[in-house]
Amino acid sequence: MSRVQNPRIIEELRDRIAHLEAGAAKRSAVLPFGVRDIDERLPGGGLSHGALHEVAGGGSGTVDGAAAALFAAGIAARSKGKVLWCLTRPDLFFPAIAQAGLHPDRVIFCEGDKEEDVLASMEEGLSFGGLAAVVGELVRLPMVASRRLQLAAEKTGTMGLVVRRWRRQTEASDFGNPTASTTRWRVSVLPSEELPVAGVGRARWLLELMRVKAGECAEFEIGACDAKGRVCLLPSSSHRQDQAAWRGSRAS
Amino acid sequence: MPADQPLVVISKSGSKRWISAADTAARALGLKVGMPASKAQTVVANLTMIDADPGADAAALERLALWALRQYSPVVAVDGVDGIVMDTEGADHLQGGEDLLITGLVNGLRGRGLIARAAVADTWGAAHAITRVTSAETTVVPVGAVAKAVTGLPIHCLRLPADTIHGLRVMGVETVGELSAMPRAPVTLRYGPEVGRRLDQLFGRMAEPIEPLRTPELVEAAKNFQEPIGAAETIAKYVRRLVGELTSKLETRGLGVRRSDLVIHRVDNTRQCIRAGLAKPVRDPARLSKLLCDRIEKIDPGFGIERLVLVAIMAEPLEERQAASSLIEEPVVDVTPLVDILGNRGQRLYRLTPVASDVPERSVMRVGPTADETGATWAAKWPRPSRLLANPERIDVTALLPDQPPAVFTWRGKRRRVKRADGPERIFGEWWLRPREHAAVRDYFVVEDEAGERYWVYRAGDGVDADTGSHLWFLHGVFG
Repeated sequence: MSRVQNPRIIEELRDRIAHLEAGAAKRSAVLPFGVRDIDERLPGGGLSHGALHEVAGGGSGTVDGAAAALFAAGIAARSKGKVLWCLTRPDLFFPAIAQAGLHPDRVIFCEGDKEEDVLASMEEGLSFGGLAAVVGELVRLPMVASRRLQLAAEKTGTMGLVVRRWRRQTEASDFGNPTASTTRWRVSVLPSEELPVAGVGRARWLLELMRVKAGECAEFEIGACDAKGRVCLLPSSSHRQDQAAWRGSRAS
Repeated sequence: MPADQPLVVISKSGSKRWISAADTAARALGLKVGMPASKAQTVVANLTMIDADPGADAAALERLALWALRQYSPVVAVDGVDGIVMDTEGADHLQGGEDLLITGLVNGLRGRGLIARAAVADTWGAAHAITRVTSAETTVVPVGAVAKAVTGLPIHCLRLPADTIHGLRVMGVETVGELSAMPRAPVTLRYGPEVGRRLDQLFGRMAEPIEPLRTPELVEAAKNFQEPIGAAETIAKYVRRLVGELTSKLETRGLGVRRSDLVIHRVDNTRQCIRAGLAKPVRDPARLSKLLCDRIEKIDPGFGIERLVLVAIMAEPLEERQAASSLIEEPVVDVTPLVDILGNRGQRLYRLTPVASDVPERSVMRVGPTADETGATWAAKWPRPSRLLANPERIDVTALLPDQPPAVFTWRGKRRRVKRADGPERIFGEWWLRPREHAAVRDYFVVEDEAGERYWVYRAGDGVDADTGSHLWFLHGVFG
């Protein structure tokens, strides 16, 4: 008997928890990637607005954060409205970001001297309410700070994106420490798409969903952001066996 | 009138007429300030003479002081007949430091055709003396170094009456150092207490508050306290009350505030200031009080605050606009409140805009965060790296000349074998702007190593002609 009732009870409990978590704030919508395989892994079918998301690079991307910044820019490009981009090291080359679909008129940069300034600016931007997304480039993201950002994002429904980049590749183990962010991604570069002629094709990334609230980890091989900020799943992704063999052969 | 013609300004008292100011051409001919007008006329034929107008001079100086008040510091006053004094403490960081502040000030005045000398020092007296004596356009006296800086200065810069100076000179006292080394009692007995007071003010042993310049147009709200206040909550409460008072005053005049100063008078007769700037005129009490209350922690109340004054230093007409109806059009979010909050915290806010230049590092320009949106973006469809190194880094490369991409390169000690490459994308120097770049060429390549990491490298020069560049290889950016 109890087994029959179970699904309904769990369903009801989920509803109540969701109701509690949402509180008085408006129901946060989601921003889908437009890729079915990725979206179905995320609760609600996409990246939720009103939440904090962390993106880091893999390999030498932990230091330069080039792919992570582009991935974050692609997400920001698909949202509507102004974007606040907080940073301490102004080495972002905006023509590349514009190629991912984020128009320069939409982005306001906020350059601080210290990490704490970036955190404070991000919190102010998230609690301001009128922005589409707030992007921050951070080395450290302590639990308390991430909790504050997450709460500020929940209150206004603004999406918070943290691009983690470290000073040295060895410091990147910090990414294992828990934070209050809703999702946590790692973007590593893969060899670019094969072209029939000599040249460099569309960039490809290995996108790892390392943590998601109420969801499971996953990894995807995707094509980098196009001119509208969209990613696509690579056709070879479903053939993991072949892919591994192919990568193995290239490395040898 | 031509600039090289000598010009002097003549002052008169009774039947006595003398030169009170002379320009560079006149001084070159041997005319000096203080020389009788008739003597000057005999020395220089057809000399242009203008009668002095002290009233107009004072009015012009006051206008200049008002400009400085809006531009540089909340506390500005007219100093004597020929100077302006301002308290730059707490305001210099807005201009990038003391050095940049006074250089900018002197350059700004030169742009208006005024020759000025400026000095920053711990005390009003020291800054006054240094500007009037040294020939350098700008001087910054480090904190605590006033005594060393002024000992060699002549005593006429001490703001003392002329006969006192003359009397001291007769005694053989020439410099400030000599005067301060003399026993105080006989000097006071002979010349009055003024000498000792000026010396104390010069060395900072006696406080000399600057009474800021105010005009009737300035809208201000003030609050005196019977008992000095000090707690942050109390200050915040009264700041909010003052903001409410100020905004209602502004409303009657149809103005919005662009820059406002909160002047805090402490019981020990010192002043502190908080300046809040806004990107657009604002009359919203909540926004204004948030900007000011944000920085209450910067206030050091000491033994207590006895007076708070809130001044709208810069006010502009504020036009009321109807909010867009959310039924028909999408509401446009105004980000200026956020820009104001972050900007007043000292963050650098900017937007980027394209510049028509093929050279990557010159193709991006910073504009203000609330600048007009042009809608322009970068036209190039060629791949661009998402991180651009501020200085291209040298790499060791094995590559075939003239137009092959590198086969192997070493960057930051790591050797990478190139699997795929694209290029060259040739970028020429901008010879129409910079003559030195007449022949300069950079050949950019996108290279990808075995791990799939993509880099933007270039060779200085076209690979054939040594005039076009050094043929060294550089890494300029990292692709995402």
